[in-house]
Amino acid sequence: MQVSLTGGLRSAANGAETIDIEAETIRELMNKLLEAYPDMQDHMDPGIAVSIDGEIYRDSPAKKIPPNSEVFLLPRLQGG
Amino acid sequence: MTGVLVDTTVNGDAVQFACPTDETLLDSLRDRVGLTGVKEGCGTGDCGACSITLDGQLVCSCLVLGVEANGSEIGTVEGLADSESLHPLQEQFINHAALQCGICTPGFLVAAKALLDKNKDPSEEQIRYALAGNLCRCTGYDKIVRAVQAAAKDLRKKKK
Amino acid sequence: MTHDQSFTNQKFKVVGTRVNRPDGVDKVTGRAKYGADATAPGQLVGLFLRSPHAHARIKKIDTSKAEKLKGVKAVITSADLPDHTNGALLDKLTNCMARDRVLYDGHAVAAVAAIDRQTAKKALKLIKVSYEVLPHVTDVDEAMKPGAPIVQPGTKTRGVDPKPTKDSNVAGVSTFGHGDLDAGFKEADVIIEKSYKTEQTHQGYIEPHACLASVGPDGSGELWVTTQGHYTYRTDCAALLGMDLAKLKVTSSEIGGGFGGKTHVWIEPIALALSRKANRPVKAVMTREEVFKASGPTCSTSMDIKIGVKKDGTITAGSAHIRYQDGAFPFIWGQLGAMTAFACYDLKNVQAVGYDVLVNRPKVAAYRAPSAPMAAFGVESTMDLLAEAIGMDPVELRIKNAAKEGTKASYGPTYGPIGIGPTLEAAKNHPHMKTKLKKNQGRGMACGFWFNFGGQTCTDINIGSDGTVNLSLGTVDVGGSRASMSLICAEELGIPYEQVKANVADTSSLGHNDTTEGSRGTFSSGMATIFAAREAIEELKNRAAQMWDIPVEEIEWIDGEARAVGQQHDNLPPLTLKEIAAKAAGTGGPIAGHNEVVADGAGVSFASHICDVEVDPETGGTKVVRYTVIQDAGKAIHPDYVEGQFQGGAAQGIGWALNEEYIYGEDGTLQNAGFLDYRIPVCSDLPFIDTQILEIPNPNHPYGIRGVGETSIVPPLAAIGNAVSNAAGVRMTHVPMSPPRILKAIEDAGA
Ligand code: FES
Ligand code: FES
Repeated sequence: MQVSLTGGLRSAANGAETIDIEAETIRELMNKLLEAYPDMQDHMDPGIAVSIDGEIYRDSPAKKIPPNSEVFLLPRLQGG
Repeated sequence: MTGVLVDTTVNGDAVQFACPTDETLLDSLRDRVGLTGVKEGCGTGDCGACSITLDGQLVCSCLVLGVEANGSEIGTVEGLADSESLHPLQEQFINHAALQCGICTPGFLVAAKALLDKNKDPSEEQIRYALAGNLCRCTGYDKIVRAVQAAAKDLRKKKK
Repeated sequence: MTHDQSFTNQKFKVVGTRVNRPDGVDKVTGRAKYGADATAPGQLVGLFLRSPHAHARIKKIDTSKAEKLKGVKAVITSADLPDHTNGALLDKLTNCMARDRVLYDGHAVAAVAAIDRQTAKKALKLIKVSYEVLPHVTDVDEAMKPGAPIVQPGTKTRGVDPKPTKDSNVAGVSTFGHGDLDAGFKEADVIIEKSYKTEQTHQGYIEPHACLASVGPDGSGELWVTTQGHYTYRTDCAALLGMDLAKLKVTSSEIGGGFGGKTHVWIEPIALALSRKANRPVKAVMTREEVFKASGPTCSTSMDIKIGVKKDGTITAGSAHIRYQDGAFPFIWGQLGAMTAFACYDLKNVQAVGYDVLVNRPKVAAYRAPSAPMAAFGVESTMDLLAEAIGMDPVELRIKNAAKEGTKASYGPTYGPIGIGPTLEAAKNHPHMKTKLKKNQGRGMACGFWFNFGGQTCTDINIGSDGTVNLSLGTVDVGGSRASMSLICAEELGIPYEQVKANVADTSSLGHNDTTEGSRGTFSSGMATIFAAREAIEELKNRAAQMWDIPVEEIEWIDGEARAVGQQHDNLPPLTLKEIAAKAAGTGGPIAGHNEVVADGAGVSFASHICDVEVDPETGGTKVVRYTVIQDAGKAIHPDYVEGQFQGGAAQGIGWALNEEYIYGEDGTLQNAGFLDYRIPVCSDLPFIDTQILEIPNPNHPYGIRGVGETSIVPPLAAIGNAVSNAAGVRMTHVPMSPPRILKAIEDAGA
């Protein structure tokens, strides 16, 4: 599965715009991401949101990622 | 506390309280008389949340000392409705959704009543200028002005 | 139980009607209790001592004299506030009370609790703080220069390669976008490049921060507080004070406006600490000056925007470098700005780089669609310049390039069904667009985007024996949401609106609810209310089954009553909710419905605004003569309060565009911390604000709801900027467009 990185997350993955990770849920994705790129911790603390097929998830680690979906990692959003 | 005894009439009732000489009437009303419908938004006369009438005059209670109210008649939002029903302004503020958070509402109601007491049929512009001393951050004033227009109409009908 | 969140396109009976709000009478009679309206027996007054310096080392704080003053019950400095969070919340703690250094004018250094205000004030005067004043920086561009005073030593810029070794005020750099910029700009017939600046503004809620805190020696406590998120306040306060979550009950008072500013703790943990030390309740209320200096305004910014376009109006490339100051503590405000900058458009080649910069100003907090209005000012102003350069109507240029379903958003993902196109079409066809302008008047329009989001939500429904319904919500009612939630509850149960009473539950009565931010109130509590009601309906059917002694499968819930289906039940008259509720004691006890959900999928929202202004060329003063807001709400549950959100956001944006700004002196102190010199729009400044609600359903919500609270503040800076520029005949690039700035721009253009 291809995961696209945005913003500051790219530098934590040595500048990569996309990375390949096999994961069935958001939780698995996060764990594998951290394993591969320990620098991601810096971004995990303020929070990472995951966009699956255009829908943004902030607090759904159990969310299943359907095969062939478009996956983006974004900074965790904040609102007023 | 070195206090001074103050004799007033609040919303028609005789009220006595003691306060230090440097205390604002706003604080006296809230902390000593228990009328927390009078709000503090700034304490410097700029927001109108603390609007009351003092002997029929619209004032910011944060700019008046408690001791200055001795012998005066005070009107607050708590005195707008009678035991039977809400004042038409109160009714129309609810009907027109003229409040969102509602913190500015007591001040607007008191100021709008002061306007309608003097002017039965104010124009939009007159309403806007009469209420220019009251800040509302939520509504953009649109529905407030409409509510005041509707209440003015109700009051005119009642009089007839 | 999991529920299907997808849109069902049902026909509504009560949703969409303009009912009176349940808290209306309390709010027009002065009975409603806000943050500063609660009292407790034996309560003390809590006051804060604040830094007069923008940046200084605290050499010593001597509180001994204050402590000895009669009537003083507790004095607190950072020495009383060890970090219980292992660094995780150290920024928040340091912002609530300065540790070794003060980082901005107004930063708290000590607090006292005393028997009355007079005594507390005296005590503050008796506290002696010795400072070593340090060099400061308050401007975002200055702070980025090499050699600028470092606000937070140890800060290394995140997001650059290779990793920097030197300290910097740039806390982070983040890049969003796709395609090939250089190739894109090569294709362009016209390229416009322009720099813009916006000044810092405050949410300006009329109710200052206020709380009543009470902690006993047993480690249990209560906090009454004006907040957008009492659960989040509980989490933060408990963590900062080392308390157990369950032992701190936080009750959200009526809230007198928040707009993002009440998503964050300021005085509350300190009030609790004072109470714990004094073993008495402590009431703390900020003054307006404290609100301006020491709560969380939004960023000031500076940015460079470059967009290339073909003669036919196709945008070939867009780039933005946007620099946001986060105040004295790092966050992602610049990043958010970069994400939103080009979100309205369908661009092949786009790049937005956001810088998060530290300065000696208060910690920035969210302000309604945080970060989006400033970036929109830059991009939407440039769009108008492009339209002029290629001789195209500005609305047409936007329509030609508008994002649509399937567009790859400039911040990455692909859009589902969205409303930017329809709001633009509505703007084009709006009667406002066709009215004639008078002398010195100008018209402008702009569009805006905001994400919206959902989050953790928990809701209870309890049906009383008389058939009336208590709806307990965990999201705060910031502008009429109790009415909207009651409508949704009544709709689902099939009963009249008046039969439902909604209230906001305290933290001990309901599970965690995320802060009411990100336009999430109606979206997520609405979802939880629907599902809780559906659960209650299942139970109501069970009870009816018992009353009739038939299988529950043979019962349907229609229009607020249980109906037995099938010929064999022809003779059974329906059972209403009231009838079932009356018999609850004998059929299994109280009837309730409950739901907890992480409501994700709050569809993005778009707005287009049109405005006419009149600029006085002599004074530079601007008057807004007409204003129209067009926005996609997904579904408007209570149209009055949706319109109210549109109008309120527009008014805040108008103030930001024309007047409001933080003015810092050479010494780094705030010069205008009051409503007299920080002027927000008053009633006579504004016209009626027209609204048009579009309803493009959000596929991820059973009723199609999107958030509506925030997007309305995004377009105004640019809409007014474009209108003023058209009226004055000069391009305005600096917000606020106050009279002196407009006059100067006119003069510069003439020279
Ligand atoms: S509190 Fe009196 S005018 Fe603001
Ligand atoms: S309704 Fe909130 S300030 Fe007016």
